[in-house]
Amino acid sequence: MARIVAGVGSSHVPAIGAALDNGRTEEPYWKRVFSGFEKSKQWMANTKPDVAIVVYNDHASAFSVEMIPTFALGCAAEFPPADEGWGPRPVPVLKGHPALAAHIAQSVILDEFDLTVVNKMEVDHGLTVPMNLLFGTPREWPCQVIPLAVNVVMYPPPTGHRCYMLGKAIRKAVESYPEDLKVVIFGTGGLSHQISGPRAGLINSKWDKSFLDNLTKDPKKLTRIPHIDYMREAGAEGIEMVMWLIMRGALDDKVDEVYRFYTVPASNTAVGHIILENRRKTASKDKRAPAAKSRQAAARKAAQRIASKGR
Amino acid sequence: MARAQQDYDDIPGTFVFDAERSRQGYGINMFCMSLMKDENRKAFKANEAGYLKKFNLSPAQTDAILKRDYNRMLELGGNIYFTAKLGATDGHSFQHLAALMTGSSQQDYAAMMLAGGRSVEGNRSRSGKDKPAKSKSKSKPKSSAKRK
Repeated sequence: MARIVAGVGSSHVPAIGAALDNGRTEEPYWKRVFSGFEKSKQWMANTKPDVAIVVYNDHASAFSVEMIPTFALGCAAEFPPADEGWGPRPVPVLKGHPALAAHIAQSVILDEFDLTVVNKMEVDHGLTVPMNLLFGTPREWPCQVIPLAVNVVMYPPPTGHRCYMLGKAIRKAVESYPEDLKVVIFGTGGLSHQISGPRAGLINSKWDKSFLDNLTKDPKKLTRIPHIDYMREAGAEGIEMVMWLIMRGALDDKVDEVYRFYTVPASNTAVGHIILENRRKTASKDKRAPAAKSRQAAARKAAQRIASKGR
Repeated sequence: MARAQQDYDDIPGTFVFDAERSRQGYGINMFCMSLMKDENRKAFKANEAGYLKKFNLSPAQTDAILKRDYNRMLELGGNIYFTAKLGATDGHSFQHLAALMTGSSQQDYAAMMLAGGRSVEGNRSRSGKDKPAKSKSKSKPKSSAKRK
């Protein structure tokens, strides 16, 4: 059986990709950003997923305004990096997992999530920047990738609740796939930022911190945030954060936050990053543990009673 | 037809690219998308007004593009990810556009970002609903970003 072992949240600021591509990672400004992902790369190297499902959005690269799918699942065998105006980013072509992707499409559509199947697609910085942040700059990506492009460019994007529920449907789909595969799911974009209009430059670190706290502890609370609050508090483009809820929905209700990083700014954006692990590996042990502990405690009490009576 | 009032129109300094603006700004955004090709960039630069005739734009939209009035482009249905392609065609960095849209110098804009960005305080609402969205933050109001 395939299973989702962890979720990764990460901003996907294009300037991070440009800093990588132009050899500027050692400049103090960028070092501050990249240093926050050193432990994450180590974590990813240890985790060794077979497949990464990457929830991201396209920025007028693969999709113009001719077609604006709300959820588009990449089912192709490979996804080349898009030319975003400066030539394609010098990153390896991403290898898909068409069989798992097709299985997910079939499963979630029957679960009433009417997503679009995409058999040919280029992917932009929204996907490739988080890949670099977590996997570094290898000659070949060490795992297969299933892109899930979400419309957060044209209002309204899907609601946070819808995203969270889609995450649950994706998890169900993955777990009904017969092959043993280790899957990690990425939620990307955000955190607070606005890059359009006279209010451009908006950052709300307090909001961001609260979002990260609740992502770990109380994601259902986040699913009730209306779009207007994201836009007002976290900037017009901060609404990208709904994509993190797809990642969160695909995880256990209770997760372990194994890493977090936050810095302001990268270009116009607050950079947020989190790694959440499912506890399922040890779930059966955890269930036994409290029962065993209470039995031991009862035995201790009984022993004390007997002892005190004896005195 | 006049644009229907939306709750997010209350957010100051913000033109939300909604389905209505997407419809209205189709020509602006397709024009910007065309600038992904070098031959189109050259054709546009050689004769801007002539090139724009291909995109079924309103006179106001054409005017905003020719004047590089980026806020007006957004108001008339342009989307920032698309209009940024026009900025790139002019050889400008994104920060140049951001400074232009915010009415500040590029230096001042860059300094603001380094200092933690534009605070949300005083920037939430046109109508004076300037308090944090309910249930988000119970603690006292704050200064914005904590680190540079």
